[in-house]
Amino acid sequence: MLGKLDWSAIPFDQPIPLIAGAVVLIAILAVLIWVVAKGHLPYLWHEWITSVDHKRIGVMYILLASVMLLRGGSDAIMMRIQQAVAYQSQGYLPPEHYNQIFSAHGTIMIFFVAMPFVIGLMNLVVPLQLGVRDVAFPTLNSVGFWLTATGALLVNLSLVIGEFARTGWLAFPPLSELSYSPGVGVDYYAWSLQISGVGTLVAGINLVTTVLKLRTKGMNYLRMPMFCWTTLASNLLIVAAFPILTATLAMLLLDRYLGFHFFTNEAGGNVMMFMNLIWAWGHPEVYILVLPAFGIFSEVVSTFSGKALFGYRSMVLATMAICVVSFMVWLHHFFTMGAGPDVNAIFGIASMIIAIPTGVKIYNWLFTMYGGRIRFETPMLWSVGFMVTFIVGGLTGVLLAVPPADFMLHNSMFLVAHFHNVIIGGVLFGAFAGFEYWFPKAFGFRLDERWGKAGFWFTFFGFFITFVPLYIAGMLGMTRRMQHYDVAAWRPWMIVAAVGMAVLTIGVICQIVQLVVSIRNREALRDRTGDPWDGRSLEWATSSPPPVFNFAFNPDVRGEDAYWDIKASAKQQSVDADRPEYQDIEMPRNSPTGFVCAFFATLMGFALIWHIWWMVILGGLGAWATFVVFAWRDHDEYVIPAEEVAAIDRVNVEERRGLVSMAGTV
Amino acid sequence: MNLLDPQGPVAAANSTILVDSVFIMLVIVVPTIFAILAFAFWFRASNPRARFQPAFVYSGRVEMVVWAIPALTVILLGGVAWIGSHQLDPAAPVPGTGNPVRIQAVSLDWKWLFIYPDQRIATVNTLTVPAGAELNFQLTSSSVMNTFFIPQLGSMIYTMNGMVTKLNLRADNEGKLQGLSAHFSGDGFPDMMFDVNVISPLAFPDWVASTAKTDAVLNEDNYKKLMQQGVEKGRPTYRLEDPRLFDLIATQHIPPGPGPELASEAGPTHSGGHDAR
Repeated sequence: MLGKLDWSAIPFDQPIPLIAGAVVLIAILAVLIWVVAKGHLPYLWHEWITSVDHKRIGVMYILLASVMLLRGGSDAIMMRIQQAVAYQSQGYLPPEHYNQIFSAHGTIMIFFVAMPFVIGLMNLVVPLQLGVRDVAFPTLNSVGFWLTATGALLVNLSLVIGEFARTGWLAFPPLSELSYSPGVGVDYYAWSLQISGVGTLVAGINLVTTVLKLRTKGMNYLRMPMFCWTTLASNLLIVAAFPILTATLAMLLLDRYLGFHFFTNEAGGNVMMFMNLIWAWGHPEVYILVLPAFGIFSEVVSTFSGKALFGYRSMVLATMAICVVSFMVWLHHFFTMGAGPDVNAIFGIASMIIAIPTGVKIYNWLFTMYGGRIRFETPMLWSVGFMVTFIVGGLTGVLLAVPPADFMLHNSMFLVAHFHNVIIGGVLFGAFAGFEYWFPKAFGFRLDERWGKAGFWFTFFGFFITFVPLYIAGMLGMTRRMQHYDVAAWRPWMIVAAVGMAVLTIGVICQIVQLVVSIRNREALRDRTGDPWDGRSLEWATSSPPPVFNFAFNPDVRGEDAYWDIKASAKQQSVDADRPEYQDIEMPRNSPTGFVCAFFATLMGFALIWHIWWMVILGGLGAWATFVVFAWRDHDEYVIPAEEVAAIDRVNVEERRGLVSMAGTV
Repeated sequence: MNLLDPQGPVAAANSTILVDSVFIMLVIVVPTIFAILAFAFWFRASNPRARFQPAFVYSGRVEMVVWAIPALTVILLGGVAWIGSHQLDPAAPVPGTGNPVRIQAVSLDWKWLFIYPDQRIATVNTLTVPAGAELNFQLTSSSVMNTFFIPQLGSMIYTMNGMVTKLNLRADNEGKLQGLSAHFSGDGFPDMMFDVNVISPLAFPDWVASTAKTDAVLNEDNYKKLMQQGVEKGRPTYRLEDPRLFDLIATQHIPPGPGPELASEAGPTHSGGHDAR
């Protein structure tokens, strides 16, 4: 009846996950009870859960990422403490627990923090920047989000029911095959990623289509803001790379469930094929994450320097070059497999070539600042912090691309420090910059600057205090994923890294406090104009938060930095643009399809993990039926009458008259 | 285990390339970081002396330079990578004095087996080699992947079941070093560190002779016991019954290690995945 599931799946002998799980469960229940008791449930259902509004979906993606950041961060704290204390001892985490933690940390941080954070920001901002009312496939967008949430839910479920993978975040076979990992951990890993992978793929298809097909009048490709370009590049990579991940995990699952031999030791299975396939996805994946971050920095540096982006066309070229070359470098993840000197050298050089367009981007941001009037508000601090941090990560990355150097540093703590250097210093700093920058757009009030800046400085220094010791430990021969060690020379560095982790944690706490303080002071921080930063692109041309239809009129774009031009010409002619007559607007209706589909997908995923076959069929049929119902829908749009559009828009136009801008003054 | 304190020619060449590459990059990275901080500071909005130039958004000359700087660096480093990859290919010979020593390394769950087929001996978790001689490693795995790595001798390489990888090293100075597995392989992974004793070439035959006197024999049966999952705290040594043992392992004539299923027969375990270590 319940497959492999019985009481032994609950880890009664392990207090840490059990208590953590209980606390989370109580927190969720408390929130649910509060929501129901206060009568917020209908609001949540109609305005958020079933919403197909790209802005709402973007916010939910970012909320998911933030919650999972706390989970992944807790894992990181536990790992740093373990390595600080586990010198000549077992520390406080036994290997079966420690190994789950580092596997979960990697999986969560990449798939359920970094990915939803950047996809959330792209969802929130790109349609606004393109001057359009919605994404190409609004309901599919909602499905994509809820399937990602399903994956995150399953990963968290493994904390209290069964176990998570103990194989590292990429589950290399043969260790991840049934003979060496007979438990449900790898199944949790694989099914979570299969389900959320579908979500990511549809998000990618949606955003590619949006950028290619839905641009406002005059918004040709070479007038798009840089963030739209990096969104395009990143989502092209998603569309090309995620099917590889899905296929690779499908093969691993066939091995585990149906006795196939794709990657087993026996019967002609080949582990090297898994390495190639997983990295053929895995390397583009890091550019999927970092390209949108590059786009965010381009927007922020340009806005806060009061200048257009330096070398715009060069930046476009660099973005697309990274997009293409990132597919040709995957082998640098296993130079030490013995592929031979020609292969290693070619992939090493290809990897270095990516550093050229990346270097160009750094210089172009540098020259954007040159001759600017730089305002150091929180988003700009994250951007300058990124430029300094990321160069160090780039240096160590190019170093690892030199095969003979990699022969000593592969899989070491040096490598761990390197990829945290680029993922934290690049993606996470970018996500935070974007969060601070676009928060007023999403919610209509700014975030508290004092706490935001404190958050930045603690995170910035905390990063270096944590990861410079790991670079050094790597130079001392320390490899990654050590549950304990006996080498005295590594110990001091592990202790310093744990201290750094504490500083990083203070940074995170500052950001949480920032959010709380800002919400409490929201009236004082209110942004009525919709343009709090003296912005340059079209998302600032509408109110904050934007109305559901984004723009009362499709903006007419006549050059790069579309909104800046509008502000400049308005000032020169000392009149606002004429407003033609308001018209009815058709918008897509809300749909529970995404939520219901994800509900059934969760059932199916859980059932597949535990071999509960009747529930697999039930979940599969349910998800399919949801789509059939959606496909047979009669009305999928509703009309917002012209008077309502006019009423909403006039308020914002009034507010905007008082706007102080540098545009048109020089 | 300091990578910058190499004890053999391969590690010395690896670390030279490592340090040289860092310095080549620092030549542009340091000025760039300095420029970022300087520009950010000078062009702050509150500095009245900084000239505001909002029209400075394109310059062909600047573009030329910013594409050329990273490109030239990469051309230089690409040369280093190309030459280094060929000279330091793990399979490339490393000439030494005296006869090369053949060593067949097998990663087990979770210990290292070193077979000396010519000397007809085998050791677990300790590798004894003569200083100055070329060391020809052939490596495979009894079960999951691992990476063989002695940081101060240089170049690591994967071990994989059913496959043989090749690595040539040389240790120049007598002394004790440490090696480890650099690829996660399961619960006992951190206990896969092993001792490396580099002894004088004159003492090596004596060590071989004394090791060969041991009563313990390594044959197929004993090997199958050894490859059960578990951590080896001691440093057992064996007489090698059949010098073809490594080939039998690498060609899967001896099937891959059993994983936790069989190992758990020895002790109680419960279902649901929490396997006893």
